[in-house]
Amino acid sequence: MEQKKKTTIVLFSGDYDKAMAAFIIANGAAAYDHEVTIFSTFWGLNTFRKEQAVSTNKGLLEKMFGWMMPRGANKLGLSRMQMLGMGPKMIKHVIKKHNALTLPQLMELSQEMGVKLVACTMTMDLLGLQKEELIDGMELGGVAAYLGDAAEGNVNLFI
Amino acid sequence: MEKHLVVDTKGLACPMPIVKAKKALDGLQSGQVMEVLSTDKGSVNDFQAWVKQTNHELVKHEEEQGVYKFYVRKS
Repeated sequence: MEQKKKTTIVLFSGDYDKAMAAFIIANGAAAYDHEVTIFSTFWGLNTFRKEQAVSTNKGLLEKMFGWMMPRGANKLGLSRMQMLGMGPKMIKHVIKKHNALTLPQLMELSQEMGVKLVACTMTMDLLGLQKEELIDGMELGGVAAYLGDAAEGNVNLFI
Repeated sequence: MEKHLVVDTKGLACPMPIVKAKKALDGLQSGQVMEVLSTDKGSVNDFQAWVKQTNHELVKHEEEQGVYKFYVRKS
């Protein structure tokens, strides 16, 4: 049997709309029978935070980062038309109206479709995020893990 | 043409038609045909590309009152 094709996506952005694009492509690639990996780094990591607070043992600076950053996919802002929080509400409204999937639904679907989710450990340290604060099923990795997949990738995106 | 399965994705937006089709196709035997229904205007291009890349066969496709029908034979 021929080897499966690969798609890798680096999710750097912590914007709701950009994350939606990343997960739509990921789900599409999975439907193409690709092996799909999403590497999340920097603000992209917030997409994968659990909604509820997780008690962790960390310093004040890390805690402050935790308070200031959105906790989970549903809390992300838009890259445009944020309008003090009105923008995301409007987008979620039109998503429903057009029968499209919300970001949390797209993420759930991607896990069902076998998309591999990898969190960058270096930026987890920088932002003070611990593994327990991220959703279950995430792997941890660094640039080498990314390049290992991307070098064999047929589609590689940075979002 | 005998169809073994109808996958109704009417009203659903991208990427659901392709995702549902893929899930349904996984359950078919080689040579079996499924019919996919969609109202997504991008789905003609989507299905042609998807079937080509995944090496299945788009036996035919047609449109009737805004509903696209795709007949896909599993390779």
